[in-house]
Amino acid sequence: MLQSWVIVLASFFYLGILFAIAWYADRRADTGRSLIANPVVYSLSLGVYCTTWTFYGSVGRAAASGIGFLPIYLGPTLLFALAGFILHKMIRVAKANRITSIADFVASRYGKSQLLGGLVTVIAVVGVIPYIALQLKAVSNSFAILASYPDIIMPAKAGAVPIFQDSALYVAMILAAFTILFGTRHLDATERHEGMVAAIAVESMVKLAAFLAVGIFVVWGMHDGAGDIFAQAAAVPEVARRLTTADSPAAYGTWGTLIFLSLFASLLLPRQFQIAVVENVDESHLRRAVWMFPLYLFLINLFVLPVALAGMLHFPGAGVDADTFVLTLPMAHQQEGLALFVYIGGLSAATGMVIVETIALSTMVCNDLVMPALLRLPMLGLATRADLSGLLLEIRRWAIAVILGLGYLYFRVAGEAYALVSIGLISFAAVAQFAPVVIGGLFWKGGTRDGALAGLAGGFVLWAYTLLLPSFAKSGWLPDGFIAHGLFGIEFLRPQHLFGLTGLDEITHCLVWSLLVNLGAYIGVSLQRVPNLREARQATLFVGGAEAAGIPGWRGSAGVTDLLPLAGRFLGLERAHEAFARHARQRGLRGIEELPPDTRLVNFAETLLAGAIGSASARAMVASVVTEEPLGIDEVMNILDEASQVRAYTRELEQKSLELTRATAELREANARLQQLDRMKDDFISTVTHELRTPLTSIRAFSEMLQEDPKIDLAQRARFLGIIVSEAVRLSRLINQILDLAKLESGRAEWTVTAVDVAEVIREAAESLTVLFAEKHVALDLDACEDGLIVLADRDRLMQVMVNLLSNALKFVPADSGRVRVGLAALCVPEIPLRGQVTPQEVRVSVTDNGPGIQAEDQDVIFDKFRQGAGTADVLTDKPQGTGLGLPISRQIIEYFNGRLWVESTPGAGACFVFALPRQAGDNDASKSTGGVP
Amino acid sequence: MSHRILIVDDEPNIVISLEYLMKKEGFQVAVATDGETALQLASEFVPDLILLDVMMPKKSGFEVCQALRAAPELVATKIIMLTAKGRETEVTKGLALGADVYITKPFSTKDLVLQIKSLLG
Repeated sequence: MLQSWVIVLASFFYLGILFAIAWYADRRADTGRSLIANPVVYSLSLGVYCTTWTFYGSVGRAAASGIGFLPIYLGPTLLFALAGFILHKMIRVAKANRITSIADFVASRYGKSQLLGGLVTVIAVVGVIPYIALQLKAVSNSFAILASYPDIIMPAKAGAVPIFQDSALYVAMILAAFTILFGTRHLDATERHEGMVAAIAVESMVKLAAFLAVGIFVVWGMHDGAGDIFAQAAAVPEVARRLTTADSPAAYGTWGTLIFLSLFASLLLPRQFQIAVVENVDESHLRRAVWMFPLYLFLINLFVLPVALAGMLHFPGAGVDADTFVLTLPMAHQQEGLALFVYIGGLSAATGMVIVETIALSTMVCNDLVMPALLRLPMLGLATRADLSGLLLEIRRWAIAVILGLGYLYFRVAGEAYALVSIGLISFAAVAQFAPVVIGGLFWKGGTRDGALAGLAGGFVLWAYTLLLPSFAKSGWLPDGFIAHGLFGIEFLRPQHLFGLTGLDEITHCLVWSLLVNLGAYIGVSLQRVPNLREARQATLFVGGAEAAGIPGWRGSAGVTDLLPLAGRFLGLERAHEAFARHARQRGLRGIEELPPDTRLVNFAETLLAGAIGSASARAMVASVVTEEPLGIDEVMNILDEASQVRAYTRELEQKSLELTRATAELREANARLQQLDRMKDDFISTVTHELRTPLTSIRAFSEMLQEDPKIDLAQRARFLGIIVSEAVRLSRLINQILDLAKLESGRAEWTVTAVDVAEVIREAAESLTVLFAEKHVALDLDACEDGLIVLADRDRLMQVMVNLLSNALKFVPADSGRVRVGLAALCVPEIPLRGQVTPQEVRVSVTDNGPGIQAEDQDVIFDKFRQGAGTADVLTDKPQGTGLGLPISRQIIEYFNGRLWVESTPGAGACFVFALPRQAGDNDASKSTGGVP
Repeated sequence: MSHRILIVDDEPNIVISLEYLMKKEGFQVAVATDGETALQLASEFVPDLILLDVMMPKKSGFEVCQALRAAPELVATKIIMLTAKGRETEVTKGLALGADVYITKPFSTKDLVLQIKSLLG
């Protein structure tokens, strides 16, 4: 009834139906009426996560550890329910960059590095092969068990049968053929396989239905509901133990590890990435999948525990492998049809996994491993071959065959060392190594290619040493001495107790070390340098999202004539032509010929190629035809070193602010000076009015008195008139001097500068005052004045100073006994350099009197305006006559000729006014000729 | 008995004119040419009225005015400030310090005599 041929026929029939579905879906896709553009299909296709490992292995694990099978499904549930944004971002980024696989994703993120893509591919292939082996084992075992119906006989150990009688080999070959048919019928620009996805969705339904059927049969067919099974189980101590949770603290750690592992596996396994990210039609489908996929996981696990308990109750002892309960329980109850359905369910679980996984891996192997290598070999001449699309398909087909071959090899070598569940976990731990570079790459811009390489390589090496090699050793393929005693006999290097870490199960142990090294190396090495231009650009595209759209990928240009043939070589000319025409239409152009050779066209071509051969290879190919403009050093500086710009800007600001502070200080100072000047002006005007009013007062008073009283006696009248006249003279002199001073201070005075013989000026001034001196009987002594001392000055102004000094002296000396002496001398003054003279000299003129002298505190004051010396006015008649402007004016004049005017005096012993002027070289004749008339 | 007038000014010609004016009106006149002498004379002479200049050597008219107002024996003495300083602040200051009248120079002799008479009347 269930002879081998029936089973084989059923198998092929089932596969045939699947193929028909795939073919139909592909045709629908070609006509634009996609069958899979539907969130339910997307959610079901995600069920590819549940392989034979779930279908058969969950019951086995439940039989061994109770609910210990659950964490494998809690991880993905958590991911979809809580961390959908990660998946959402991955989908968006992958679509924008035409990512074809997880290897492409990583390579593209870190600057389109072929090396990195290759490494990810190697890790994925090595890591996933045990998983594929597991599917082969499951299918061949289930076939063997079912074929022996009605007896229940456990199949021979893997590798025990000769290779050509091993059903697993034929399973592998059939699956390879089927996968090749499914996955490599044509090259698609987006590397999407609508037919495959449709078939996978159907398979998900089949395996769910099969498992639910077994569950229903076991619970309600064999028993009176779940309560009955649990009641029976509780009665048998051996079975009842499975109803409790973990019995040691370490077991909880294992739970955590498994949830963590499965969470990443459901995201990073090549087939999961393929289905969830690459094959995603519309990112909005994810919204439905976040609850539908966890629901699927819930349903497929609903009957695991009852079936496991029923199996343990039904097959006491170790005669029947718990991994086979799903199949053997119906067989034991002669449910042939159900058993066959279960077998088909298991087959669908296996084929779904193998098809998607090998397609994903073959794409990676082809795009990231083989093509980059082949394109580098000049002797193959591939770089110039017209059509490479056939070659690409060929490489992928061979990759599929090789991967399944390797899977079979692993099954032969190591297949019996572990239960199904453990084999799956080895794969999970391998792909978990992608987590740092993928998640980090999505959220951290600082990651570099070197960091990613170091992290992946470190994690991979540790994974292999702590998990993969021991699995080989346990199967006897390697000597197992190094497990017990460590590499080279060093205890610290025992692979499952590395560096003395014990107390953890092997998976947790591996994960702790590999991820520690992986993450540490990724971050540590990345931080060694700033991302370069290309890495930074990709980082912005992956991390930044939308705002990255404006960043141009290429700085060069190439025309349609270069790019179309290039695309044609990989996609086929017809497809390439269609794509270019579509692009031209999108840009509002009439045809391909009108496409301008610009950056946008190059980017389009690169993205198009990336869909077929991966981003790293696409970049290399496009680079071969694009004439890239060299990146100017300025631009590099601008892009890479924004910080320096900011710094420069800050510096500028600081400088500006400093200048402003300085300007403010200057303005404040100027304002203070202005205010002071204003006050000084006010005071000056007030003083001037006071000085003007005083003579006016006398003039008015006497005039009025004379007017009022015409009978004033003559002598009195003459005296009054004399006063009026002298006050009027004083008033006009005052006005003249004020005007003179104003002219001097404002710089509007006119100067006639000539060489002047000082002695001449002194004599002339003395002469003009002879009468006044004689009137007061004051002696004037000019004996010390020698001719020939020349200064540069205005003769009349110098005269004014001299007259002022002499008349001041005359004013203060006592009548009759007064003496005024004028001195003249030349002095060497080295500190005043003067051109044309070896030793600079100055001419000093002194006017010494024997008057009352000047108090020390007054010696400066007398040079201020309107300030006359005090202390001489004790007697009414001694009130000094004058304006108080003579000395300030004199000082102004002397200083104008670079000279100095000062007074030396001891109160009571007379005063000595001195002025000094720079001496001018010149002979006496010359000075006389310019000196003018005395 | 004629009134006593003290003239305080450092400008000789102004003193001459004021002295002549006052004597002509029949007052007894004393003269001081600086602030210190003015205070000394005021206590000796005990004038009925003082003609006080502001800008003087040794003590300014303001200081003299303040000192005079502090002396009890001079309570009845009238003070006329007679100065070329005519700014508003100075007028206010003089009156605040106890001057009865503030007259700016140059002044009308007729007005000055009338003012003196009204103060003494």
